[in-house]
Order: sequence, then C-alpha cells, then structure tokens
Amino acid sequence: MTTPCISTPMSLRVEGVTVTYPNGHTALKDASFSLEAGSICAMVGVNGSGKSTLFKSIMGFVEPQKGSVRIAGLGVKEACRANGVAYVPQSEEVDWSFPVLVRDVVMMGRYGHMNALRISRRADREAVRQALKRVGLLELQERQIGELSGGQKKRVFLARALAQEAKLILLDEPFTGVDVTTEHTIIGLLRELREAGHIILVSTHNLGSVPEFCDQVVLINRRILAQGTTSEVFTAENLLQAFGGKLRHFRLDDAPGSNPLVLTDDERPLVLGHGGKVEDKGDPSES
Amino acid sequence: MMENPYAHDFLREALWVGWIIGTVCAVLSCYLVLKGWSLMGDAISHAVLPGVVLAYLAGLPILFGAFVAGMVCALLSGYLKANSRIKEDAVLGIVFTGLFAFGLVLFSKTATTLHLDHILFGNILGLEPGQVERTLWTGGLMLLILVFLRRDLLLLCFDPLHARSLGMRTQILTHVLLALIAAAVVLSMEAVGILLVVAMLITPGCTGFLLSPRFEWMMLIAVASTWVAFTLGIAFSFWLNASTSACIVLVQSGIFAGAWLLGPRHGLLWRRQVQRV
Repeated sequence: MTTPCISTPMSLRVEGVTVTYPNGHTALKDASFSLEAGSICAMVGVNGSGKSTLFKSIMGFVEPQKGSVRIAGLGVKEACRANGVAYVPQSEEVDWSFPVLVRDVVMMGRYGHMNALRISRRADREAVRQALKRVGLLELQERQIGELSGGQKKRVFLARALAQEAKLILLDEPFTGVDVTTEHTIIGLLRELREAGHIILVSTHNLGSVPEFCDQVVLINRRILAQGTTSEVFTAENLLQAFGGKLRHFRLDDAPGSNPLVLTDDERPLVLGHGGKVEDKGDPSES
Repeated sequence: MMENPYAHDFLREALWVGWIIGTVCAVLSCYLVLKGWSLMGDAISHAVLPGVVLAYLAGLPILFGAFVAGMVCALLSGYLKANSRIKEDAVLGIVFTGLFAFGLVLFSKTATTLHLDHILFGNILGLEPGQVERTLWTGGLMLLILVFLRRDLLLLCFDPLHARSLGMRTQILTHVLLALIAAAVVLSMEAVGILLVVAMLITPGCTGFLLSPRFEWMMLIAVASTWVAFTLGIAFSFWLNASTSACIVLVQSGIFAGAWLLGPRHGLLWRRQVQRV
C-alpha cells in the first residue's frame, strides 16, 4: 500500500468562510486569507473571536455555510486523507488520565499512513522514534501521558504532528502553561519546519512571543481584521482594534528613551517601541 | 460442602451465555467510560422497552424492535442536543425516561405473553433452546467488529479532532459505537435485563481503568472481572436462591470496590500509605 501524501508545495487558502452554528450563532463571517509554503502565522484575537471555529473548518470538523478552504489546492477532506493537516490541541482539551502511553499518542499520528487495522510497520515505528527524539521525549516514551510536566505534555502532541509528516500544522495555544525552555524548544522546532516548507498556524494569546517567531499575522474578531507580515500588521493600533477594551495596555513613561508601549493579554506581554511598531529585540529570554 | 452449581446443565448454559455477553459488554464499557458516555448506556437500555412492546404488537422480532428503539433514543438525543441549548446529559435524561415511560404505558395497556420482570431483570436461568448458539454468533460478530475498529474507536474517544484531521469518518464511527451499544443491550436483555445491563456497560471498564494505565490491560482486566462476576454471581444466586442478575452485578460492584481500595497505583489504601511515608 502506498502512503498518501501531498507532493505539491503546501498552501492554505481560506476564501469567504462563514460559519453559523445550529443555535444561530455566527462565529465567523466572510473570512479570507492565504498562506504560502514556509511560513509561521500567528492567529490573534480574543476568546470567542472565531479562532477555534476557523481551525475546525480547516480540519473539516465544521462545514462552512459559505466559502471554501483549499489546502495545497485540494479540498479539506482530500487534504486530510493525504495526511496534509496536523492538529496540536490545547492542553485543557486533552484527557490526561486517558490510559495511553506517550509512544501510543505519537503513534496515533501515523494512523493515516497505516491500513484499516492500524497495524504499525517498521517505517511507522521509526517515524515515531525520530519524532520523540526531536522533541526530547525518547526516554519518557513508556510513561502514561498524565505523568508528564506541562512542557513535556505539549511536546507529546508536537511529536505526534511530526510523526504524521503533515505540511500544514495547526497549534492551539502552544505556550500556555509551558516553561521557558520548552517554549524555546518549540519555537526552534517550528523554525526548522518553516525552513522545510511547512505552514504553521498558531493560535495564541502570548502576544510577546509573536514577533519572535511568526513572520505572518492574522488578526481575527469574527471576521479577518488584518493579515500580512508581522511588521505591517502587528501594530498597537491594530491590536487595540482586535481586542477592543479587553487588552491591558500601558505606556512606560518613566522608561528612558523610546517610551515603550506594553500590551498584554495576561500572558507574556508585547513591548512596542516608537510609533507602535515591533522593535528589534535581543535575546527574548531577557524579557 | 456446598453443591457445585455447574453440575447442572442449565446453569452451565447460563454461564456460557454470561461469559459471551459479559465479554462484549466489558470491551464496550472500556470505550464508554473513556468517552464519558456512561449515561448513554443507561439511556439506550431504558429506551429499549417501547421497542420491545411495539415489535411484539406488530409481530416483528422483539430483538429487532429493541435495537431500533435504542438507536432512536441515541439519535433523537443527538439531534435535540445539536438543536437546543440543553446540555447532553439533560437531553439524554429527558429522552430515555420519556421512552421508558411510554414503554410502561404501552405494556400495561397490552395483553402480552411478555414478562415485564424478565425484560427488566433478565432470566438467565430460563434460557430458550438455541439461545447459547444465537448469543455466540451475535456476540462473536460484535467482538470481531470491535477488534477490527479498536484503534479507531480509541482515537475517537481520545481525540476526535485528530481523528477528523486524519480524514477519518468520525460521524460514521460514532454511530457504529452507538449501534454496538444498542446491540449489546439487546444481546444482554434476555439474560440480565435492561436495568442491570447498565452495570455491565460501566463497571468493568471502570475497574480496568483503576488498575491499569494501559488500554490493553484495562480491557483484559475488564473482561476478566466480568467472567469472575458471572461465574461467582450465578453460583451465589443458586446457593442463596436470590435474583441471578442482581447477584452478578453485586459481585461486579464488589470487584470494583476491591480495585478502588487495593489498586496498586490509584488505590485508596496505597495512597494512604504513601501519605504516611
């Protein structure tokens, strides 16, 4: 049996997507944006702004009433069956008491490469081993998933996405409850994947880390407010519009020089310099 | 010296039937417990009653009516949940009590040769001829489906979004799981009854879950605990001249209590000791 995979360069096109749930709530209205191979894109917006609805329509979990999603030129179903899309869930959505080992979860990433009985072959076991090694969990592969630290838990699901060999990876809040070391491991890995031509879409509240590793930003609040490169889009003006009054912001007037503006959504804050633009930063661990 | 109950043919047959339905239910219970669907088993089993009476009135096979009614309950609940603001557990509660009550009214207004207490509490010691074979075939087929789908069902319980992102047909898989629950209820109905089958669909999985962090072991423990429950339960009911299905469920609950108290990893006594050290 040949393993299905996508040979053309990855691309993601979301065109005019509108999603209304059966209870009448329109979570997303006429959303359009597109991404090309080799990019890391932050999806930024308040809770309930339609981020997870957008993720679900990219995975085919909800069917848009209007508009379409094309992944590498394919429809969502075809792209998923060709192992085009991987999803790294929020930690809160995972049942950590579930009786599976670290290795079992990563092996679930290989199901799309296996036959209907999901019996693993040598190539599958090797892919799992490599993925575990890359995220530094090889020694912990026999642990039940609940016996891991917050950072390790996050890396299990990243390893699953690696084992899946998907070219489009959706990450939901990858930095919540994660230590700084893991944050840097994850960011390093994502950069490697970008070099390899993947598209990575990150839903995050961690505004401070966005300029550090994302080259694209999509601002969302039920519709797409702005999309473009981080330096163009990730500005104080746009962010305050996206978050309305829900963002803490304060100006450090006492600070010498540039009067930086600090924006925070209760995670790592974003520090903006002159004119509300992203400043070139040194080592991010200093912040 | 107490008399060996399994020297009697009808008790040996009862034990065979018990082991088969126990195995099917125990395997299913592992998925149900992990998916958080325990109430679904409860709901489907109660909802079977009107199907039994209506099938009897229409001259259709009773088991067919039971299966259809179970599926109607599951699908109707799903539809109500998707199209109202009410949460799933409440929807299930409304639908299955409604269907159960409907069944009771139908039953009381119909002159039938059906015994209500047999439907509710089973009649494993009064099996009809050929029932062992029937149970074996149906149970065997269900186990085959479960073995074939074991990994897909586990993924459906663990992470349906990931299953979907792999292009798996999660909706069909969910309906297959519902159909298996309904079929398990029907399979067990004549032996343990629709009220106590709920225990078969919940307790073994929980016992296994307490005793092992690995799914394969959880399932083996669940199945083994069910075999013990049927073997001892039927024997106790013979010695004590007490309700058979109740004795089986009691043994099963006892095994669960033992696992909870003495379990090596999560057990209560074990935790006490760790705290003391």
